[in-house]
Amino acid sequence: MDNLGELLHGFTIAVTMPHLLLMAVGVLLGILVGVLPGLGAPNGVSLLLPLTFGMQPVSAIILLSSMYWGALFGGSVTSILFNIPGEPSSVATTFDGYPMARDGRPTTALATAFGSAAFGALIGVILITFLASWVAQVALAFGPPEYFAVYFLAFASFVGMGGAAPIKTVVALAIGFAIAAIGIDTVSGSVRLTMGIDELVKGVNFVVAVMGLFGIGELLVAVEEEFHARAVSSRIDWGEVFRAVARLPRHGVALLRSAAIGCWMGITPGGPTAASFMSYGIARRFSRRGRYFGTGEVEGIISPETADHAAGTSALLPMLSLGIPGSATAAVMMGGLMIWGLNPGPMLFVDQKDFVWGLIASMYVGNIVAVALVLLTVPVFAALMRIPFVIIAPLIVIICVVGAYSVSNSYLDVVMMLGFGIVGYLFKKLFYPLAPLVLAIVIGDKAEDAFRQSMLMSKGSLGIFFANKLVTCLIVAGIALLLLPLALQLARLRRKPEPPSGETTAQERAQEKVII
Amino acid sequence: MGRTSTLLLSAAAAVLAGAMPAVAAWQPQKPIEFVATAGPGGGTDNLARAVQNIVTKYKLTEQPIVVVNKGGGSGAEGYVYGKASAGDPYKVIFGTSNAWQQPLVSKVAFNYTDLTPIAAMAQDEFLLWVKQDAPYKTAGDYLKAAASGEFKMGGAQSKDTDEVLTRMIEKAGHVKLTYIPFKSGAETAVQLAGGHLDSHVNNPSESLGQWRGGTQRPLCVFSPKRLPQGAKITATEGWGDVPTCAEQGLDIKQYEQPRTVWLPGKVTPDQAAYYVDLMKKVQATAEWKDYIEKTSQVDTFLTGAEFDKFIKEDLEHVKQVAGEQGWLVK
Repeated sequence: MDNLGELLHGFTIAVTMPHLLLMAVGVLLGILVGVLPGLGAPNGVSLLLPLTFGMQPVSAIILLSSMYWGALFGGSVTSILFNIPGEPSSVATTFDGYPMARDGRPTTALATAFGSAAFGALIGVILITFLASWVAQVALAFGPPEYFAVYFLAFASFVGMGGAAPIKTVVALAIGFAIAAIGIDTVSGSVRLTMGIDELVKGVNFVVAVMGLFGIGELLVAVEEEFHARAVSSRIDWGEVFRAVARLPRHGVALLRSAAIGCWMGITPGGPTAASFMSYGIARRFSRRGRYFGTGEVEGIISPETADHAAGTSALLPMLSLGIPGSATAAVMMGGLMIWGLNPGPMLFVDQKDFVWGLIASMYVGNIVAVALVLLTVPVFAALMRIPFVIIAPLIVIICVVGAYSVSNSYLDVVMMLGFGIVGYLFKKLFYPLAPLVLAIVIGDKAEDAFRQSMLMSKGSLGIFFANKLVTCLIVAGIALLLLPLALQLARLRRKPEPPSGETTAQERAQEKVII
Repeated sequence: MGRTSTLLLSAAAAVLAGAMPAVAAWQPQKPIEFVATAGPGGGTDNLARAVQNIVTKYKLTEQPIVVVNKGGGSGAEGYVYGKASAGDPYKVIFGTSNAWQQPLVSKVAFNYTDLTPIAAMAQDEFLLWVKQDAPYKTAGDYLKAAASGEFKMGGAQSKDTDEVLTRMIEKAGHVKLTYIPFKSGAETAVQLAGGHLDSHVNNPSESLGQWRGGTQRPLCVFSPKRLPQGAKITATEGWGDVPTCAEQGLDIKQYEQPRTVWLPGKVTPDQAAYYVDLMKKVQATAEWKDYIEKTSQVDTFLTGAEFDKFIKEDLEHVKQVAGEQGWLVK
């Protein structure tokens, strides 16, 4: 294997004292920007970028990519402890991570998240090591119809997902699409839905929406119900950190499935956010304990976290080999690459072997450094849960307000964030699911662009979605996922001709309570 | 500090001011914000950060500089922000020609007249790109093949520079192209590499890696004469080997995108003059030359009346194309 030899050479570059130090610094900075909502990995990396101009390209990319790993880990911390996702891709982690932490098991939740995240990242790097050239070809096959098919698949894995009434899911999706439509439309270039507010031309930033919907929304519910008034009593338990990680192999199927989804979405620039949502949706559908998802299920944490990191890692591959960034952070790093005088593209693997393989080797080492550092911090973060609610609540408000403002130094964002808080509260009170809403806000406009670009290409014929094997498979898989619950329901009805309305209402209501 | 020393100081300041009349009229007293009307990593963002680095490195001002990205709405977010900051000389807006083009075709809440023009600092060139294994070797071959009417042209954004140029090609070459807008030039380049498009009109820096990697190649450049030779990009060719479109029978002699710098409206002439001077100093450095060369742009510096004239001419031209296409907003 050629690649293996190159990788060993890469290790000799990555495992040197200065580079290990850079990794530790990068990871710690990354955890910091990941934990602070609104800052996030893309912003963190762009802040650090000017400092790297004087460095060797290899050292610079090691620093930046380590920061990226740290931020991916850090983003999960606030999702789990306070229901505030620090990164778009950690939204799905809140669904089960937060209930588990609230249940008095923050250590388990954090350790499970970090452990499965490390597994996802590892699979991602292995994929990059061995399949670099093949993967590049797959990514090239993706035109607008294929993109639309992937997004359609992500939506389909969510709609009709057990729990919420399908009609409520569709309503939530529709509201999400409307929010995603605000601002300038890529395809027609015209301004949509700004409602006379000039600044809305920029659209609604995802972080603003999510911090309101989850952070503030949850806070309002908690204040009303007062179930949060007592602090969660969790002992600082180092043993539990390792026990939680040791329990992971029991969920081997979920780990492997999520890693596969993550790698696929990372390579086909669907990105980590779509990956984590899709992985969660599919796990919920196929897990034996799927119906308990949303109440603090272990697999509900494993699935999004593994997929998120697998996608985040493998997203670097299309950036290096094709110059397509698979995520926002990869896009910033690509800007860095050009400033260091390197041009991403197929030739990078030929011209700049030291750089490419040094980076890939540093991914192995960097992730080990990151997971070690981050597991060490678990008890510290878990201890945050012991702080009484009266102190935490104002802190959450401050974090959300500062986070929303720092997205683009805009007061309007703070107002919108608070507005989204009320929307989040109403959704919870009325048992509407938040996940489809968020999913539509995140990938709604991309799905719309891809659909309309496809329509331009085919001059309005839907046949373009069945024009080749790849796109047909994706669309058929999406339709199957969409219809599966309906078919199952019909089959059940046929077996039991009497609608079992009376006996299941209690259970349904219990389920509705756990809708995220 | 006694009165005498204060007097002495101000006397000294007056002498200094006398020695440097052009610059000392107004000096920034607090941190300066560079507003990039594009997301991190884009061409406009790169420019803002390059200028920031040069200013900081040579200590051209004592004040710290922060780069803020306001790229929402194809850059409209940044311009609207500039309009809302009228009278504030601590916000410098970095953009392109969409400062005057966008208000023509979309109902955005700003116009370039709401801002104070400082300078156009660099011109980005446009080239006609096709897939590496495409059968046509010249722009003439391309036009002949495109006469079938089935060609798909990709570009960044809708009714923006790329689509304007596409419509100009249609008119000059007597062909009909299907224009498909994407979010950015980088995205468009990948779509061409995958064979989902027939061509695009990216700037050099947007497709440099793809050319070197052998997935696409330029047919011709929309400029009056060939580009400077520079270093070889592929084994055999560099930018200077790309023929001009006009010499290949596609009669569009010149089409360029300026990188522009603005202050908010209602600032004093002194304040505007300070930044014109600052940008001139930036342009004189070796780092600037390096930036221009790495991004394959053309070094220009238009300010004052020249810049105004350039805007007016470009505006007339775009108005004509937009009018023919029925894009103008009422």
